Amino acid sequence: MIVEILLQIIKIIAIFAVVMGCVAYLTLMERKCLGFFQIRLGPNRVGPWGLLQPVADGIKLFFKEDMTVLHANKFYFILAPVISLVAVLFCFAVVPFAGNVYIIDIPVAVLYLMAISSMGVYGVLLAGWSSNNKYSAMGGYRATAQMISYEIPLALAIVGVLILSRSMSIVDIVNAQKGMWNIVKQPLGFIIYLVCTFAETNRCPFDLYECENELVAGYQTEYSSMKFALFYMGEYAHIFLASCLITLFYLGGWNGPVLPALLWFFMKVFFCAFCFIWVRATYPRFRYDQLMNLSWKVMLPLAFLNLIVTAIIVVMF
Amino acid sequence: MPDSYSLFFYILLVVVSGVAIVAISHFLGKRPLTSEKTIPYECGMDPIDKPTSLFSIKFYVVALIFVIFDVETVFIYLWAIIVEEMGVFGLIEMFVFIGILLVAFFYAWRKGGLKWE
Repeated sequence: MIVEILLQIIKIIAIFAVVMGCVAYLTLMERKCLGFFQIRLGPNRVGPWGLLQPVADGIKLFFKEDMTVLHANKFYFILAPVISLVAVLFCFAVVPFAGNVYIIDIPVAVLYLMAISSMGVYGVLLAGWSSNNKYSAMGGYRATAQMISYEIPLALAIVGVLILSRSMSIVDIVNAQKGMWNIVKQPLGFIIYLVCTFAETNRCPFDLYECENELVAGYQTEYSSMKFALFYMGEYAHIFLASCLITLFYLGGWNGPVLPALLWFFMKVFFCAFCFIWVRATYPRFRYDQLMNLSWKVMLPLAFLNLIVTAIIVVMF
Repeated sequence: MPDSYSLFFYILLVVVSGVAIVAISHFLGKRPLTSEKTIPYECGMDPIDKPTSLFSIKFYVVALIFVIFDVETVFIYLWAIIVEEMGVFGLIEMFVFIGILLVAFFYAWRKGGLKWE
């Protein structure tokens, strides 16, 4: 009994460590890839090929000036970055890496994911509101409106997957894709999910909250030291989570021939993460009205169309 | 160990590490040298007004529409799992439900609630 509990605890800590490690090295991967896209080398001084760069960055940020802006609401000012990291990391509790490598497999995993990941909005909104700075407040409102607008098409796109797999447990969803990946059965749903994920993670074509020519740095303007780093860790953890979910919902999860399941899973995840970086290096930024129109007037009707067509096909045939 | 305990242990681990990062950087980090550094950034000017006093009504409208659709999504999730067993009856029932919501949605659209300039 005690051995069992210890094993479970070790497993949980190991998964947590893997997630944090992936998040740290995602920053290096992004800088390296962006470097190659722009025909330069990227970080290559700290350790071989710059492999120790994330560690060096972390140590540096711990020793930076820890400022709290004048007349800020101190409690929420400190709480906001913690929320934005913690809300994303909570979601990894139900993300399975392979057939039996997960912390918990609950039957309402998708509902849990949607509920917990929306908590990240509070981090952004509180950061903007408590900073006592006009740029922060504007950035906070913008980011909040963006994140909640794209959450609805995102949630509705997953409904197509749920109808096909008849379960909300992610392990069941992956097992239902053994013969054919969902990307083949749900091409429109996949595109909607992908676009909305980019907006949810505040990634490049949609990084309106920090467009530096209008808003300095958005809701992060007044943050420094490790509090600032927590926002960035939250963002990269969100990219990692989004890559995992795209893989699990649409790309067949850990299913694949010959190679072990875990390897297949991480290959797919890092391919998705590479696509995030690729898009950042390729596309310019939207305007805010275009962004909101895309969500409410294009993505939402398309998501309903996808839902209705999927339901009719499943029931009729 | 029951599954729910491992979930709680994981949540505890995440919260503790998140708070610990902030606490450690608070003790290790330097203090700002001058008090001017803590004035809110506003391109070198002294800030005049409270930043949260002005607020565009557009954001409020978006949040309101969001709440309606988010509640709806929860219903659709549960329906999606059993739609195949329910057959045509479930299909028609959900289409009526979605139809009523879409009427409200297009009303908000026509009234300009989704317009950004």
